[in-house]
Formats: sequence, C-alpha cells, structure tokens
Amino acid sequence: MDSLALSRQQLDGDRMIVNMGPSHPTTHGTLRIVLELQGETITKATPEMGYLHRGVEKLGENLSYQQFIPLTDRLNYCSSIMNNVGYTTAVEKLLGIEIPKRAQQIRVLVSELARIADHLVCVGVNAVDIGAFTAFLYLFRQRETIYDLFEMAAGQRLHTSFTRIGGLFRDIPEGFVPLTERFLVECEASLQEMENLLSHNPIWHDRTKGVGAISAEDAVNWGYSGPCLRAAGVPQDLRKAQPYLGYETYDFDIPIGTTGDVFDRYLVRTEEMRQSLRIIRQVLDRLEPGPVMIDDPKIALPSKEKVYTRMESLIHHFKLIMHGMDMPVGEVYSATEAANGELGFYIVSDGGKNPYRIRVRPPCLPIFSSFEEQVKGGLIADAVAVLGAMNIIAGELDR
Amino acid sequence: MIIEHIDAQLPGTVTDRHDFRGDQTIVIARENLLAVVALLHREGFQFLVDITAVDWPEREQRFDVVYHWLNLASQERLRVKVPVADGASVPSLTGTFKTANWFEREVFDLFGIRFEGHPDLRRLLTWDDFPGHALRKDFPLDGGDVFCMEGCTAPFNNGERGGA
Repeated sequence: MDSLALSRQQLDGDRMIVNMGPSHPTTHGTLRIVLELQGETITKATPEMGYLHRGVEKLGENLSYQQFIPLTDRLNYCSSIMNNVGYTTAVEKLLGIEIPKRAQQIRVLVSELARIADHLVCVGVNAVDIGAFTAFLYLFRQRETIYDLFEMAAGQRLHTSFTRIGGLFRDIPEGFVPLTERFLVECEASLQEMENLLSHNPIWHDRTKGVGAISAEDAVNWGYSGPCLRAAGVPQDLRKAQPYLGYETYDFDIPIGTTGDVFDRYLVRTEEMRQSLRIIRQVLDRLEPGPVMIDDPKIALPSKEKVYTRMESLIHHFKLIMHGMDMPVGEVYSATEAANGELGFYIVSDGGKNPYRIRVRPPCLPIFSSFEEQVKGGLIADAVAVLGAMNIIAGELDR
Repeated sequence: MIIEHIDAQLPGTVTDRHDFRGDQTIVIARENLLAVVALLHREGFQFLVDITAVDWPEREQRFDVVYHWLNLASQERLRVKVPVADGASVPSLTGTFKTANWFEREVFDLFGIRFEGHPDLRRLLTWDDFPGHALRKDFPLDGGDVFCMEGCTAPFNNGERGGA
C-alpha cells in the first residue's frame, strides 16, 4: 500500500502505526483500519475493506431471480430476513405485482423481529467493546428467542431465505404466534434492564457522549441513512416516508436524536426496538388466515402434490425452473428501511432469465466512508465506540 | 416535476427520459453532469443515494454511470444516467457530495471508469494489482486463467472443464 509506506517514511519518534484488524475483536467482521497515532490521539485513519468481497453482484448476473435470494441472506447477516424482504420487494416492483395481504403482514412481522435482533447485537456489542459486558448478556437472551422464531418459520436461524418472489416460502407454523407474544413481554423487560444498566450510567455517558457527533447536513452529505441519520436529527424513515408492505397502516413513531453521537445512536436504536415491538403487536392483532403466495402460475411454483398429479402444474414447474419468469424489460430501484438504513436494490432486466445487472446499495458503505472524519483527533478508544455505533457489517459492506 | 425544472433552466441537456414503475430516469451527457448536479443540489436533491454503472459491451458508449438521488423534503427520487465510452472519464461529484468518494472508487474498481477530479481514485473492494475489472461483462465469472491453475475445473463454467 503506497500511502502507508509513504506515511511510514514521514514518521518521527512520537508517531506510530497501529493496525486495527483485519482480525480484531471490535471490527466484528473482517475489515482493517490503519491508524496513525500520536500518543493515544488518532491523526489518520485509513480504512481497508474488501476482505469479504465475494462478488455478489457478479454472481447475481449469472443466477436466476429466485436463486439470488440465498445470497441476500449473507449481506447483513445480523438481520438476513430483511434483506430477503428488500430484494423480493424489488423484484416484485419490477414485475408490477402485489403480494397477498397475509404475506405482507408476515413480512412486516419478521422484518421487525430482525430489526430488533440487529439493534440488540449493535447496542450489546457496542457496550461490550466499551467495557460494559453485562448488558450484552441480557440482550443476547432475547436475540436467541428471535433466532428460535426464525428457525420455526424458515428452518434456519441465520440464513433464512424466507421470502420468495410473490410471497413467502411457507406460512408461519403453529406455535409461532404464542412464542412471539411471550417474546414481546420478555423483550420489553430485557430492554428495561438494559436501559437500567446503561442509560444513566456515568461511565457509559463519558464514553459515548460527544463521541462521533455529526451535524444533520453533514450526515445527509455523507449519505447516512437509518439510525445514524436519525440520531443526527433527520426524521427520515422509509417506512413512514415511502411506505411499503402496508407500513402506513401501522401506528408507530420515528425517534430522532440531536447530536448524532454514539449516545444518541444508542437512544435511537433502543427506542426503535420499542417501536418495533409495537408494530409486531399490531401485526399479531390483525393477522388473518389466507394464502402467503401469489396465485399466479407464471410466478409461483405449484405445490409438489399438484406437480405429481396434474399435467398443467408439471409444465408450469418445468417452465419456471428451466426458463424462469417472464420478466419485463426495464430497470427499477427499490429501497426498504433495513436495520442499518436504506437498503436499495437496483435491478436492470433485459427480459432474460437472469438479471442483466443487479446492484445492492448497502446502507453501511456511505456511513463507513466517513469513518476517518469521525475519529480524527479523537482517542483510539473512541474509534472503537464509533465503529460499534456505526454498526458496520462486513458482509454487506464488501458484498 | 424536477425534470421540468431541469428542462426549463438547462434546456437541451436531457437527451432521453423514461418512466417505468414510477421510477423517473433522465439521460444526460457527461459534459452537462456538473451543471445538472449543481441544479439538483439547489432544488433539494441533497441525498445522493447511490452511484453505480451498467456495462453494455455492444453499445458505442459502453457504460452507463447511474446516479440515484433522493429529495428528503418531497421524497421524490430521480435516476440520472450518463453514458460513457470505454476509456473516457466522468467528472467526479466529490466536490458536492462527500459520499461520492467511495461510490466512485467502487465503480472505478469494478468497471474501470475513471472519475476526473477524484482526490483518491484507488480500488475499493479488490486489491491494487487485481487483473481487470470484475463487473465488466467480458470478465469471466470464475476470474479466468489468472485465477484458475492449469487443469483445474471451475464451477459455473458453462459445463466446460479447463485444461486437459
């Protein structure tokens, strides 16, 4: 790396270079930051990424639309179900179809569960990095319940692949709703316990207040979205601003901060978890029986029973697997509010079986690009706090 | 609505436009990009959501550099496409939008499109001496000979096996 070698020559006795990563406990994924230090103060921070680059967009051009869904699991692996939802929503926009009501409601339900899981990890791990280990344990018990729920619904804890183009892979099983109701009560209690440990803790205040502060204008200019943007005071949430999946019918609030620092991001995430619990409660109240997959043989695979007994279904099955769906020629950009911010999918279709081009707009890439400006002049310990509060997920960052 | 503003204030810059599934797209020439961007910024399109590119090898202007903007006040979205030939460069937006820095580095890395005036145009995702640009259509999925030793088989290789 040229820039590094150059700065090494310029070093005098007081300054030194420290490698944070690629395998450092606080990077939570594989990324590297080359820090140039004067004592404990950071004078330069050069992020190096791409360690988890696996060419998702290139692979997408060589896979059919349905086959791309498992790859979306591995973007933000803390809340993979939201990536499934975001991607299939984009393809459904391209097709110009609307999915059944129950499928929409279940997608909202699992998305909000995933949002809670993601925020729990982010807040808990941020606290661990700064030295508050206990809060993390309370939170991870709840995350475990969410993963149990995902396992019931999708058969997988982490890489769910739960959605399909036109609906869901299957309906939620019996026992899912009662466990979710129990989770709502227990999670509320755990959040309270976490807040008791952190919100008025003077050490937590010292370590987080004023660290990583950013103004609203700067945050927008850097392309921030999600909790980090809202913590800076911009009330931008796609669930309210550009509703999808019927979010406009749910009653919830958008918490915003004022300074954009690590403490505000923590408060915003905590309140968002409470709002997500509210949304889940409303979904459970209105969940009606019905199909979870669109009734269109050109899009949805027929049931196995029909494939083996009816000629027509066998042909549809064959056509869908071998030739794919009839895609219109065109391009769409579809964005959903993922746990980290605006998760966008830009799909260009030439009418073929595979997308001509598929672009993932990861929410944490623009946020991470501001890392140097956020930590320059601060202490090395603050860099850890800032990195945790940005919630950088390398799988999504590098794609 | 914004397209009418652009038409009124910078007549003749929009060379093509289309509206598909509610997504508004305009196509402009690269010479006009900075003027249009300044206008967009004034009109409230202050959130540069994404920069990416699409490769069309059979076209004369091989690449489309694709920008997505969002107006936070009106929640209006706009897609701007800039056709560019192989080897030509596009003006960098880093002067107006800080977020353009890494997005442009990524496009440079994966497509090999240069951005004029970019302060630090290095590869972002792959390493410095990576052979080629991975998202070009003529870049093989398995990476090609550079990544495959003689005689090895690569998956997704249209069923063909390399070597003897």
